[in-house]
Amino acid sequence: MHELSIAISMIEMAAEEAVRRGGVQVHAIHLKLGQLSGVVREALLFSYEVACAGTPLEGSSLIIEEVPVVVYCQICHLETALDSLQKFCCGSCGALTSEVVRGKELEVVALEING
Amino acid sequence: MSTQPRLVEVRQNVLKQNDLLARSLRERFREAGVRVVSLVSSPGSGKTALLEKMLTLLQSQYHVAALVGDLATENDAARLARSGAAVRQISTGTICHLDAQMIERALEEWKLDELDLLFIENVGNLVCPSSYDLGEDLRLVLLSVTEGEDKPLKYPTIFNTADVCVITKMDLADAVEFEATAAHNNIQSVRPGMGVFEVSAKTGAGMDELLRFLSARIAKSEEV
Repeated sequence: MHELSIAISMIEMAAEEAVRRGGVQVHAIHLKLGQLSGVVREALLFSYEVACAGTPLEGSSLIIEEVPVVVYCQICHLETALDSLQKFCCGSCGALTSEVVRGKELEVVALEING
Repeated sequence: MSTQPRLVEVRQNVLKQNDLLARSLRERFREAGVRVVSLVSSPGSGKTALLEKMLTLLQSQYHVAALVGDLATENDAARLARSGAAVRQISTGTICHLDAQMIERALEEWKLDELDLLFIENVGNLVCPSSYDLGEDLRLVLLSVTEGEDKPLKYPTIFNTADVCVITKMDLADAVEFEATAAHNNIQSVRPGMGVFEVSAKTGAGMDELLRFLSARIAKSEEV
């Protein structure tokens, strides 16, 4: 359950950004969450709400965009999204591939602010 | 000034602090000529037993040391210290994983350039450690024969982020009717191309091959 410490880091980051922008109010954090980030969406949403209490971000929401795992196939020279994390293979020819192009993201991409 | 909420782009990696620190640790390790190997697995899959065996066998040839993460007790560190290697405990309290800052703090006062190989034993957990770079060169994921062949499919992220897999407790393989082929297929399915070693820390079977692999890695770092 490392989602709580991740939620706290995000909230601190957003609060600092709000101060830097002259004390604006943050309404929402937009996060890109890769399926291979090791972070569970539901646990993160729950932790976020808990961790926001008593901070300048209390009442704000966390908007998560899940990023599927995309692998590169050296045979087809194609990038395809995985159907399942249980099988790292090319979506076109089915060959196994360990070249992960996307899906490890844990990135705050935008803030919704007032002012 | 508008009071309507608006969207501003930020683009910041949430684990940036950890990743930056891990990068600087990796640089320090490289400059000191020490290879760093971390061990991850579920609780009870034999990390400490494997580590004790590796430390004991590598002692004659190399300067080895270990950092051991544990939630509460210092039992593992005490056990590993019997090997004669330098061992330091990192008590994480309620935290389920090690992070780069814990490693940095634990290394204070250690003379890294006197070491050839440093092991980092993570907290027993197949979920959380996968997100944290510790500055290691090599991440070993352990799978014990008693856990079942489908563990890699249940925890694909940790297996995918590891570099090498070590199947442990091979001395029990027959007793638990371990299906090696299924286990190997599952490992390759979530991490195609990953090197796999089968060992028994108890009998020593398979240890030679694993140690030869690690020694080759150390030799490679000395060339740099």
